[in-house]
Amino acid sequence: MTSAAMPQTSRRKTAPAGPAIRLVGLSKRFGETTAVDSVDLEIRSGEFFSMLGPSGSGKTTVLRLIAGFELPTAGVIELDGKDVSARAPFERDVNTVFQDYALFPHMSLIENVAYGLRVRGVAKAVRRQRAAEALEQVQLGSFLDRRPSQLSGGQRQRVALARALVVRPKVLLLDEPLGALDLKLRQQMQVELKELQQELGITFIFVTHDQEEALTMSDRIGVFNKGRIEQVGTPEEIYERPNGPFVANFVGTSNIFPGTLGRSLYGRDDRFSVRPERIQLRPLPPEGPGTGIALTVTALVYLGHATQVRGTLPDGTTAVALIPVTAGRGGEFAVGQPAVLSWNRQDVVWLPPAS
Amino acid sequence: MKLSRSARITLGTLTAVVLLFIYVPLLLVVINSFNGDRSFGWPPRSFTLEWWSRAFQSEGVREAIATSLWVALISTAISLVLGTLLALALQRHDFFGKDVINLLVILPIALPGIVTGIALNNLFTTVLGVSLSLWTVIIAHATFCMVTVFNNAIARLRRTNSSFEEASSDLGAGIFTTFRLVTLPQLRSALVAGGLLAFALSFDEIIVTTFTIGAGQQTLPVWILNNLFRPNQAPVVNVVAVVLIIASVVPVWLAQRLSGDAIGTTRSRKKASPGITKASSTAR
Repeated sequence: MTSAAMPQTSRRKTAPAGPAIRLVGLSKRFGETTAVDSVDLEIRSGEFFSMLGPSGSGKTTVLRLIAGFELPTAGVIELDGKDVSARAPFERDVNTVFQDYALFPHMSLIENVAYGLRVRGVAKAVRRQRAAEALEQVQLGSFLDRRPSQLSGGQRQRVALARALVVRPKVLLLDEPLGALDLKLRQQMQVELKELQQELGITFIFVTHDQEEALTMSDRIGVFNKGRIEQVGTPEEIYERPNGPFVANFVGTSNIFPGTLGRSLYGRDDRFSVRPERIQLRPLPPEGPGTGIALTVTALVYLGHATQVRGTLPDGTTAVALIPVTAGRGGEFAVGQPAVLSWNRQDVVWLPPAS
Repeated sequence: MKLSRSARITLGTLTAVVLLFIYVPLLLVVINSFNGDRSFGWPPRSFTLEWWSRAFQSEGVREAIATSLWVALISTAISLVLGTLLALALQRHDFFGKDVINLLVILPIALPGIVTGIALNNLFTTVLGVSLSLWTVIIAHATFCMVTVFNNAIARLRRTNSSFEEASSDLGAGIFTTFRLVTLPQLRSALVAGGLLAFALSFDEIIVTTFTIGAGQQTLPVWILNNLFRPNQAPVVNVVAVVLIIASVVPVWLAQRLSGDAIGTTRSRKKASPGITKASSTAR
């Protein structure tokens, strides 16, 4: 996907006023289970928004509600300021890239991509032309008459993207589209997707359980847990200033220290977290831990770029530190040996009291 | 599973005996349709095509064949429409009483024909007060022919991913366009298989037919029953029986080949399966 991708789509460079999507008190229940629990969210026009959360957190259901595959139990879905809560999927100006791509197996690639134009009554010559161009731009221009079954996962993913974008939606919904790809291809597609989104200026809503993916690609992230949104913010805000233990732990690993430690160190009763890479670790000097905190090493995990050191504090709290390979000090620690933890005051993130 | 030698011999013999009992009589009918001896002396001494030509010249036989074809075609057409709609409703949607309806739809194929026959005869003649005709036969046949279409269609729908229909809808297609362009092509070979079975079921049905057919009308099986014990018609009955065998076996054989899976989609489904499994496990 080069910079000329999807030329049919008008370039909307800067976001106009008003959100592309507004969810108000959105809830969805399946029988006894509440999949989405009163979600309020505004997604700005032209932004790359990721919905991040573990399986069963409700992020995919929110996406399906926006697409119209499910109807909400309560709440309102506004698209460009218009209430579309009760509309059918084909009456909504959003398109979806499905997790399994859902390419029609009985149609060739060009028929798949032309499908949205065909059902809109676009003349055959025109729609074939536009579909061929769209496939050209995802580097599948020579595969027009192949069947989806003859393609690799990455190629199917591109076809699904071309098929959704050729009809020029206002919002593109992507349901874990990179989940089935291997790591290398996934990283490449992350970059391409982001570039494509910036080119087109279309609002992308991207569902993922991969925190790294969300951090890399998004303008903003909404972190989902148990059908609710825990926190909405830029990747930096989410990572550096998590608003609670769930976000702190789900987005990267975090050390969460108890309120008792907060009291003894800073005179404040709240829990706080410190990222493993912000922690300094050194072997216990003979004269005692000094200003640091003593810990017993319980495990050393070699990660390639760093060594992860896990340990237990005297009060039983577990802690994790990352020792970069450049520091070359992984060898100083051994399982069962004592060590000393320390960190800078500005790396402390205070967590609100557990509710 | 590895079987012992004696077990293999026993099972092989049993299979052979069972198959002989099924197919030797059929073969006998076929041979006798060419037997020159009017009383079917065995072994046949001469060969003749007379019974075949007599059968084709017989007004009664030709009318009965035409009637059977008409009944089978119309009841198959009705079964295709209703069976497909039922399968779509029961597989793609959730509603109150779904399981009960599922059972009620399949039940007619298990009901004894005589019960269906008597029940429908009562309904038509005493409750509704309509006179029996070919249409009452067609309706009666459709009650159980529908099941074969339904079973084939629902089995296929269970295996095809409903995200194809969602994708179609997402791309702007209404319900009927989605059915025509996406659902129906996936169902096609299953519907052909179900339709052929339905046709075969209807074409040689006799019990329900005798209870629901109007006076003076005959389907092929009814004609056979009526002429079986008339000595001068016996050779012709053999010929008609052979025609019935062919008319039933060919559709069933075709249906079996088609219902396995359409060539080409097997491969794609296998390839796509990891993605599909993943989708269903993380869907909510």
